[in-house]
Amino acid sequence: MPEPGMPGAGRRWLPRSTEGWLTLVILVFGGVLGLATDTFLTFANLFDLLNISAFNAIMAVGLLVVLVAGGIDISFAVAASVVQYLTAVTVMQLGGGNWAIGLVLASAFGFMLGAINASLIYYFRIISIVVTIATFNIFFGLLMFFTRGRSIYDLPDWLLDRIIVFEFETPGGDFAFLTLPVVVMMAVVVATWLFLNRSSLGRQLYAMGDNAEGARRVGINIAAMHFLAYGWLGVCAGIGGLMQAHYVQEVVPNALYGRELDVLAAVVLGGARLGGGRGTILGALLGVTLVTMTQNGLNLMGVSPYAFQMVVGLVILVAITMSNLEGLEAFIRRFRSGRARAEAGRQG
Amino acid sequence: MPTWGFEAVRGGATDAAPRILAVEHVSKVFGGVQALVDVDFDVLEGEVHCLAGENGCGKSTLIKIVSGVHAPEPGAVLRFAGERVEGLTPVTARRLGIQVIWQDLALFPEMTVAENIAFEANLGGRPRWVDYGAMRRTAAQVLERLGVTLPTGRPLRELGIAQRQVVAIARALVAEARLVFMDEPTASLTQAETRALFEVVHRLKADGIATVFVSHRLAEVLEIAERVTVLRDGRMVGVYPAAELTQNRLAELMTGEAHEAVVRAQDRSAGRVVLEVEGLARAGEYEDVSFSLHAGEILGITGLLGAGRTEVAATLFGLTSPDRGDIRLDGRELRLGSNRDAIRSGIAYVSEDRLSLGLVQPQSISRNIAITVLDRLLGLLGLLDPEKERRLVAGWVDRLKIRIGRPEDAVATLSGGNQQRVVLAKWLATEPRLLILDSPTVGVDIGARAGIFQIVRELAASGLAILMISDEIPELYHNADRILHMRAGRLIGEFQPGEAPIEAIEAAVHA
Amino acid sequence: MRAAFTRLLRGQGEILGLLVFFAVVLVFFGLTTPRFLAAGTFQSIAFQLPELGLLTLAMLLPILSGGLNLAITFTANIAGLAMAWVIQLGGGPEAGLMMVLLGTAAALAVGALAGGVMGVVVAFVGAHPILVSLAMMIFLRGLGEFLTRGGDISGFPPFIATIGHGTVFGIPLPLLILLVAALLWQVLLGRSRFGFSTYMAGSNLEATRYSGIDTRRVLVLVYVLSGVMSAVAGILMLTRFNSVRVGHGEAYLLITVLACFLGGVDPFGGFGRTAAVVLALVILQTIASGLNLMGAHQHLATALWGVFLIAVMVGRWVWQRWSWRAPG
Repeated sequence: MPEPGMPGAGRRWLPRSTEGWLTLVILVFGGVLGLATDTFLTFANLFDLLNISAFNAIMAVGLLVVLVAGGIDISFAVAASVVQYLTAVTVMQLGGGNWAIGLVLASAFGFMLGAINASLIYYFRIISIVVTIATFNIFFGLLMFFTRGRSIYDLPDWLLDRIIVFEFETPGGDFAFLTLPVVVMMAVVVATWLFLNRSSLGRQLYAMGDNAEGARRVGINIAAMHFLAYGWLGVCAGIGGLMQAHYVQEVVPNALYGRELDVLAAVVLGGARLGGGRGTILGALLGVTLVTMTQNGLNLMGVSPYAFQMVVGLVILVAITMSNLEGLEAFIRRFRSGRARAEAGRQG
Repeated sequence: MPTWGFEAVRGGATDAAPRILAVEHVSKVFGGVQALVDVDFDVLEGEVHCLAGENGCGKSTLIKIVSGVHAPEPGAVLRFAGERVEGLTPVTARRLGIQVIWQDLALFPEMTVAENIAFEANLGGRPRWVDYGAMRRTAAQVLERLGVTLPTGRPLRELGIAQRQVVAIARALVAEARLVFMDEPTASLTQAETRALFEVVHRLKADGIATVFVSHRLAEVLEIAERVTVLRDGRMVGVYPAAELTQNRLAELMTGEAHEAVVRAQDRSAGRVVLEVEGLARAGEYEDVSFSLHAGEILGITGLLGAGRTEVAATLFGLTSPDRGDIRLDGRELRLGSNRDAIRSGIAYVSEDRLSLGLVQPQSISRNIAITVLDRLLGLLGLLDPEKERRLVAGWVDRLKIRIGRPEDAVATLSGGNQQRVVLAKWLATEPRLLILDSPTVGVDIGARAGIFQIVRELAASGLAILMISDEIPELYHNADRILHMRAGRLIGEFQPGEAPIEAIEAAVHA
Repeated sequence: MRAAFTRLLRGQGEILGLLVFFAVVLVFFGLTTPRFLAAGTFQSIAFQLPELGLLTLAMLLPILSGGLNLAITFTANIAGLAMAWVIQLGGGPEAGLMMVLLGTAAALAVGALAGGVMGVVVAFVGAHPILVSLAMMIFLRGLGEFLTRGGDISGFPPFIATIGHGTVFGIPLPLLILLVAALLWQVLLGRSRFGFSTYMAGSNLEATRYSGIDTRRVLVLVYVLSGVMSAVAGILMLTRFNSVRVGHGEAYLLITVLACFLGGVDPFGGFGRTAAVVLALVILQTIASGLNLMGAHQHLATALWGVFLIAVMVGRWVWQRWSWRAPG
C-alpha cells in the first residue's frame, strides 16, 4: 500500500495527517451545509445525528480492530442481525431478562460468530475476505431461513423503552436529547481505545498487522490475536445490534444487510489501511461523522437518498487516489506521452 | 586449484572464560540436503565471536538451531551457561537470554522507536496496561548504555536502516540478552555506520554480553572478532583466534580455494567502446560518474553497500532517470523512459535480488526464460506458439547447462546456481550488447560459482560488454579486466587486477 | 503408449477430480430427486449457466492478476441500464435493431469505463484491489439506485428476447455466447502475451516489471476486460428478464468466487485455468438446479453456498498439506 503522503504535505498550512484532512473537510462541509440549509446546524439535528450514528460508530471501532490486525471482515453487519435474533429469542425464553443479561448475551453471541471467522482464517489459512464473504452468506441465509424473513415486534419492555440520558430545550423550542445507544457507543469507543492503545494485547495486535513475520519472531501468539481481533469485532457487532434493535424497537432480519459497506467505507476513509498496522479510533470516528453528515446533508438539501451511496463510493475512490498523487501524475504523464507518440506516428 | 581439507579443529575454546553456549554434534537435513554436518560450536561469556563462511555454508541454519527456530537432528548436545538444554523453542531461547537480530530485523515500522525498543513490555499472554512513560525511559536508558541518540518519539519507518539496526540491538538488550546473534548486520551499512555498530558491540562486551557476528566480509570479521568459527558446505572447518588469521588465509578457509588463483585481466581498451557514461548524477544516490566499457570487457564495480553501485545500475537499466549526464550505447545517446526502453536498446540487468526481482519464483522455468522475448515467440494470429517457447527454453537449458527436471517445474525448485543460470538465460535470450550483473553470486553455492563465472567469461569472449557489481573483491579480482572503486556515490579509483595486489584493493575499499 | 497416457494425465489432475465430483453430484441428485435426470433440468441449466458463467469469467482475470473485482454484478447492472437507456431513447418497444446495437455498444463501453477506472487506480496508485473495487461497487450501486429509484426498467422490442431465450440447432443462444466468451478467455490466457503477463504479474508484479513487461498496462487491461465481460453478462440479463433492476444478480458474487476457487484458481493469483473454472461452474449450476428441484429454500441455498465455499477452501488446504508432505 502506498504511504498516505497526503497532497501538499510540504505546504505548511495544510493538514499533514488523514485525521487533519478529515477534520478540515468536515468543518468546510459542515459550514456549507449550515449556510445551505437552515436545519443542519441546529442542536436538534446534530443530536439526532449522534443518536442515529451510534450503531455505525460502534461497528466502526470494532472493524478498526480487525483492519489494524491485518484482516478484513464484511460479515459483521449480518452477524449483528443474527445476534439480535438470538438475544431476543433467548431473553424471551428466560422470561424477559434485563439490560445486563441482554448485553452479556449479545456480547457472547457476537464473540462466538467472530470466533468462527477467526478459526477459519487462522487454522485453514484462508484469506479473510473469502472467509467473510462465505460467512456473510451463511449467517444471512440461515437467519432468513429460520426466521422465514419475519420480524419480531414482541420484545421485552426493557428493550423497548427509550432511555433518554440527557435532554434540553433548544432556544428554538425543539427538544434535543441523547439516548442510551450514544452512551453505550461512548463506552465502546473508550474501551476499544484503551484496548488498542493502552493494553499490551492491543499493541501485540498492532504489531501483528504491522509485520506479521516479525510478530511471530518475537513470540506473539498469532492464533490468540486472531480470536481477539475478530472476537472484539463480534462483541461490538453484538452490542451494536442490540442498540439498533432498541433504537428502532423491533428486530428485522434484513435490516442491517448492506450496512457493512457504509461502515467499512467510513473506517477506510478514516485512514485505516487494508493490510494492517495503521488506523486510529479518531480517524474511524471522523470517517463515520463524514459519512453520516453526507447522508444527512444530502437529505436536508433535498437530494435523492439514492444519491448517497454514489457519493460515498466516489469519495472513497477519490480519497484512495489522492493518497498517492505520484501515481496519478505518472498516469497523466503516460497518457499525454502516449497521445504525443500517437500524433508523432501520424505525422511520420 | 588446491583445495583445503576439513581440518575439523574441535572445541577450540581456551578455558580463559566460562562458555555461555556450547553445542556439539549438530546436524540438520532439509528435504534430503545436509545443511549442517556434525558441527561443534561454542561462545565464551562476553566474547565477540565471528561465524564466517560463504552464502549457503550453514551459518543461518546454525543460528536457527541455537535460537530454537529449527530442531537439530537427534544426537546434538546443547549447553547454555553450563546447563544442558533440551527441546529449545524460540520462547525458551529468549527466556535464557539468547537474542537473534535477523537481517530483516523483525521490527514494527508504524510504531515509535521507543515502543519498538521496549516492545518486550508488551509481550506475554497476560493483559496489562501499557506505560508509555516507562517505555520511553527504558528506551532512553538502553540507548544511553549504547551511547547512541535516536528520535524515540518518531515512527520507526522514518529511520534509516542503520538506525533500525541499533533499535533492534537495543530491543535485544531490554530483553536482558546474554548472547546476541547478529545476522549480517553490516550488509546494508555505510562505513561510518559500521564503525558505530562496532562501537555498540564493544559496549555489549564491556557489559559481559557475548556477541556472535555473522559476516562474510573478511576485513570486518578480523577487526571485530576475538575468535572465528569457519563453516563451509555445512561442515565445520575450524575455530581460529582472529589474531592468527590474515584476510587471505580466512578467504582460503571459507572458500576452500587458494586465492593466488589465475588473474585473467587483460587490456581491452583497443576494443570498440560499447557503453560510455559521462558525468552521470542523481541527487542523493550518485554523482559525477564517468566510465567507458569496451566490447569483450568485464568491468567490475566494487565498494561498500550503499556506495551507489546498484543505483547507477538502476539508471543504466532505465528504472530511474539521472538528473544530469549522458549515457551512450554504441555511440548513440540513450534516453530511457523505462526498463523496457533499456531492454529494447540491448541492455540486460541481472538483479542482486533474485528472490523477489530476478525471477517469478512460483512460476515455471519455461515461463521465466520466455518472459523477456515474448515478441519472438508469436506464431499464427499473433498468438504465442508453445513449440517456439519449448525450443527457446530447450536451447538455453542446453547452452547454459541448466540442470532441471521439467521445464514446467516452478523455478523455485531449483538450486541457487541453477536459478542464476535461468536468470542469465532469460537475459541472454534478448541478445543484449551490455550485460549488467549485480552481485551475481548472492545465494549461489560455492561449488556453483565457478560455473557461473565461466559462463560470464565466455560471454565476454564472444564480444559482450559486461558490467559486474560485487562486494566480493576476490570474485572481481579473478574475473574482471578492470575494477572501479565507488564510495559515497562517486567513483574514486581504478585497479588493474594483477598489477595491484588483492590486499591493496581490499584495504582501499574497507578503509 | 503408457508414457503418453501418463503425460496426458499429468497436470489434468484437477480436471479429473472435478469430473469425478460432477459424477457424484449427478448421481446424488439423480437418486434423491426423481425429476432431476430429465431433459428439462439440463435445458434450464443451459439457460441459467451463462449469466453466472460470464460473471465468473469477469472475476477470473482480476484474481489471476493477484486482485479481486467485487464490482462485477453492479457493473453488469449499470451496463444493462446504459443499454436500456439507449433503447428507450430509440423508442422503447418500437426501437429498431440499430438502436439495440447502439445500446449494446453503450453497455460495453460503460463496462470498460468502470473497469478502466478501477484498473488505473489499482495499477498507478497501487491501491488495494479489494478496496478499489468495493468503492466502485458502492458507487455503481448508488448510481443505479439513483437512476432507477430502485425500480425496474422495462419495455424493450420483443426481438430482444430471442437472444435470451432462442436456440440455434437446439443449443440455447446464451450458452453459445458463454462458450464463445470462455473460448476467448482460454485463448487470451493460454496463448496471448497479455495472458502470459497476467499470470506472471499475479505471482510477482515487481519481478515481472523488471523483466520488461508493462505491468501497469496489463493491470489496466485486466480490469477493463473484467468490466467488459461483466457488461456482456448485464446485456444477457436484460434480454433474459426483459428488464433491468439494480441489485439483480447480487448473490452471484459469492458463486463466482466459489467457482474460481473450486476450479483450482490460486487465491493469491498467478495460477488457474479457464477450462477447470468452466467445469466448476457447470457443477455449481447443476447443484443449484438440483437444490431448486429439491425445493430448497432460497435463503437456505445461500447459506449452503457459503458452507460450500468454506468447504472448498478447507479442502484445498488439506490437499496442499498432503501433497506438500507426500514427496518428502
